[in-house]
Amino acid sequence: MNPKVSTSWVPPEASTVAREVDSLIVFIANASAILFVAVTLVSLYYLWKYRRKSEKPTFTSSISHNSRLEIIWTLIPTVLVIMIFFWGFSSYMDMRVIPANSMQIKITGKKWFWAFDYPNGTNSVNELVVPVGKPIKALISSTDVIHSFYVPAFRIKMDAVPNRYTTISFTPTQEGSFDIFCAEYCGTSHSGMIGKVHVKTEAEYRKWLEEAESGGKMAPEEFGAKLYVSKACATCHSIDGSANTGPTWKGIFGKKHKMADGSEVLVDENYIRQSILEPNAKVVAGYQPVMPTYQGLLKDKQIDALIEFIKTLK
Amino acid sequence: MAALQQADVAGTVKTTSSEVSRNYLNSPKGIWSWIYTLDHKRIALLYLFTVMTFFLVGGIYALVLRFELWFHGAGLQAEVMKRGLVGPDTYNQLFTLHGAIMVFLFIVPSIPAIIGNFVLPLMLGAKDLAFPKLNLASYYVYLFGAIFCVYSLLSGGVDTGWTFYTPYSVETKGSVISMTLGAFILGFSSIFTGINFIVTIHKMRAPGMTWFNMPLFVWGMYATSLIQVMATPVLGITLLLLIFERAFGIGVFDPALGGDPVLYQHFFWFYSHPVVYVMILPAMAIISELIATFSHKKIFGYRPIAFSSVAIALVSFLVWGHHMFTSGQSELTSTIFSFLTFLVGIPSGIKVFNWIATMYRGSLTFQAPMLYTHAFLSLFTIGGLTGIFLGTLSVDIHLHDTYFVVAHFHYVMMGGAVMAFLGGLHYWWPKMWGKMYDEFWAAVSAALIFIGFNVTFFPQFIMGLQGMPRRYYAYLDQYQTMHMLSTFGTWILALGFIVMAIYLIHSLFAGKPAPKNPWYALGLEWTIPSPPPTENFVGNPRMLWGCYDYDRVMMDKDGLVTFNPDFKDEHEHEKIEKQEGKRYETTRSFN
Ligand code: HEM
Ligand SMILES: [Cu+2]
Repeated sequence: MNPKVSTSWVPPEASTVAREVDSLIVFIANASAILFVAVTLVSLYYLWKYRRKSEKPTFTSSISHNSRLEIIWTLIPTVLVIMIFFWGFSSYMDMRVIPANSMQIKITGKKWFWAFDYPNGTNSVNELVVPVGKPIKALISSTDVIHSFYVPAFRIKMDAVPNRYTTISFTPTQEGSFDIFCAEYCGTSHSGMIGKVHVKTEAEYRKWLEEAESGGKMAPEEFGAKLYVSKACATCHSIDGSANTGPTWKGIFGKKHKMADGSEVLVDENYIRQSILEPNAKVVAGYQPVMPTYQGLLKDKQIDALIEFIKTLK
Repeated sequence: MAALQQADVAGTVKTTSSEVSRNYLNSPKGIWSWIYTLDHKRIALLYLFTVMTFFLVGGIYALVLRFELWFHGAGLQAEVMKRGLVGPDTYNQLFTLHGAIMVFLFIVPSIPAIIGNFVLPLMLGAKDLAFPKLNLASYYVYLFGAIFCVYSLLSGGVDTGWTFYTPYSVETKGSVISMTLGAFILGFSSIFTGINFIVTIHKMRAPGMTWFNMPLFVWGMYATSLIQVMATPVLGITLLLLIFERAFGIGVFDPALGGDPVLYQHFFWFYSHPVVYVMILPAMAIISELIATFSHKKIFGYRPIAFSSVAIALVSFLVWGHHMFTSGQSELTSTIFSFLTFLVGIPSGIKVFNWIATMYRGSLTFQAPMLYTHAFLSLFTIGGLTGIFLGTLSVDIHLHDTYFVVAHFHYVMMGGAVMAFLGGLHYWWPKMWGKMYDEFWAAVSAALIFIGFNVTFFPQFIMGLQGMPRRYYAYLDQYQTMHMLSTFGTWILALGFIVMAIYLIHSLFAGKPAPKNPWYALGLEWTIPSPPPTENFVGNPRMLWGCYDYDRVMMDKDGLVTFNPDFKDEHEHEKIEKQEGKRYETTRSFN
């Protein structure tokens, strides 16, 4: 089966289970369509054939059961349905059984972004990068409410539950970028809690790990601009002056900000650093204390880069 | 003999002009006679007005939701989040209120409390339900619960989704407590109605009506009531725990307090899955009546239909885990739930075959109730078949919490339950009001609703397969076409409902007077005048023939009965005479 064929109806088939799931979907869809058309045609035929031709009704036949027919129409669906059950069960087990050589990635849902931790200690936000062909075991959790990690192109979904780990495994089969959604309703920016899986070759994956850590050869403000998007600051902070869930970053550096408790704070390097690591220590007047902490998610070098980036926003 | 072939049934009830004009609608008179009424027919009308008001509110919310989704194809950038009709928080409140109103205030009470209340005693030949005061109490409890829901709507709204999943519902702002309290109180209203129906069905059937010649509507109501009485307390307790958790911080569900949020889901679905059948069993019950009447044919497979209602009711308690395949519950648990889910599906499928077989060699007409019956048959079939996708383990992992689910449950709840409700409303409307509505406009409206429904919800299956998650305020570009199509469909739907409201209200003032039995049906409710007298039946009615005996008995519009002279069996009237021990001028006695 060519993966391109199905793209108009379903997302790309980019994992090993995707194809299995799709062939089952196609089977159920065909069986349902046949059944539906049959039922509709019989109904329409009866509607026409037995329409009342007189003004008043006539006495009608006494037929009220037919054992042979009833057995047939009970047995056929039962057999079909049991078949579908086993088929679904077997592809489900393929998702659930975690191959021994899997690479483990930790996925954490937070209001309202996804954080990914890689085996070497690197992390990323909203952008998951994985090598093609490598079985991945995802260990999923949440720090606040229930979220659900969903990659349509992989046909996988698993809830992220606070205080608990859930697991799912997948093996990407195609290079490319695919959508990640949050599928369990989690509040205001539930629909903004989306990201991308980037499936790369093993070599590109290694290179990416390195750059994500340190920015490679990029200038700090350039690296900061990248982090603004990749660490999901952009979900809540604009850089064009418009208000959002959080205050804009445009022109804030060096200004005084009024806090919710009435005090005034100068926006400098230390204030920005504190806002990133302990966001609720000082909350800007007019905003809710909803920002999650980035403690452990951002390295010092990355925080520096973000501060440099904010400085450029005049 | 010839005299007996066409017995004037009406002859025994002297329909003098004064009796025609005295009915439950106009006697007794006065506003207090409605507020304090113990008459099941009047209580049904009180429910009718209140429940339809909420349907209107829920419907307007739906229109706003869909209108909002027209805009949001341009991506999820910060500016886009601010454009459009309402903001994300308002959107989240709207879908919560839409869902909660449609489920708790509209669909659950709709068929049982409106249509069931009105026709159940009439079908059984009873003068009222077993406990008329409990019936009135159920209405006021409903109103009381509704007040809490309306209060939470006005005081900041609720944004949890109608499922109130923890821990979100524990920590979010808004009037979650009054909303859950509202749902908790509404539960009692359901329980009251359920108990009342069960007792009435056991104790108040007319002489001659055995369990196996009760109308199938009564069987459906019986099964529904069982679920209401057994499942609702679980929801009540769950919601109470949630309220305690929010108010006093006890840790049952909130992981921050050492609770288990997934436990909440188990509790919630233990109630809410059976409740899906509280929505659909009454619908099936109505369809069984309508298909028999408008095919003018003995129902095919009476016993399988009756038994499967009760079987569905019981097995429905064992499948709740199919809402939780992605919650982290164990593989074994999911597998068992998936298997049981398929088993409950089969009886529903068999019912569809039975209904279609009922048309075979019938004498079919296409008035509005029959149009809705066929809308039901095709939409419910689609709803049921798409349920197979969702019951299948690996496929549900992909489709869970996407628009596929939204489409599926709208096909079942709106395509199934609401179509059947509308069919039933049109069927018993002449009996309720003594007025006929305009058939032409009824057909126009049914067509608009059918088309609008499909344009609204079919694209959602496609979106869901493509991965569009539900409860999304904004969406990625690739879903835009389907979203716009879906929104467009709601306008056709709305037009259909507006047309319906106009001709139904018009019929009350200017409709032709309805005869006793406009559809040539055989049930006991059609032997009395339209609208029925306050006391329903004069004297004690008897069940002298089966309500689906279209092969041997015919009752015309005015209640005149004819027997089939060619009927091979012992002649019906001879059997009746033997049974009654006397000769009859009129075969049917109401006194
Ligand atoms: C008038 C036609 C209707 C339209 C256009 C409509 C539209 C919608 C929309 C847009 C949503 C939000 C989907 C999401 O983002 O998850 C929704 C949710 C829902 N609808 Fe409807 N709906 C209609 C009728 C009904 C009816 C008749 C019922 C029930 C009897 C119903 C029950 C629900 C429920 C339970 C939800 C889920 C709410 C939630 O996610 O918490 N709807 N509907
Ligand atoms: Cu989420």
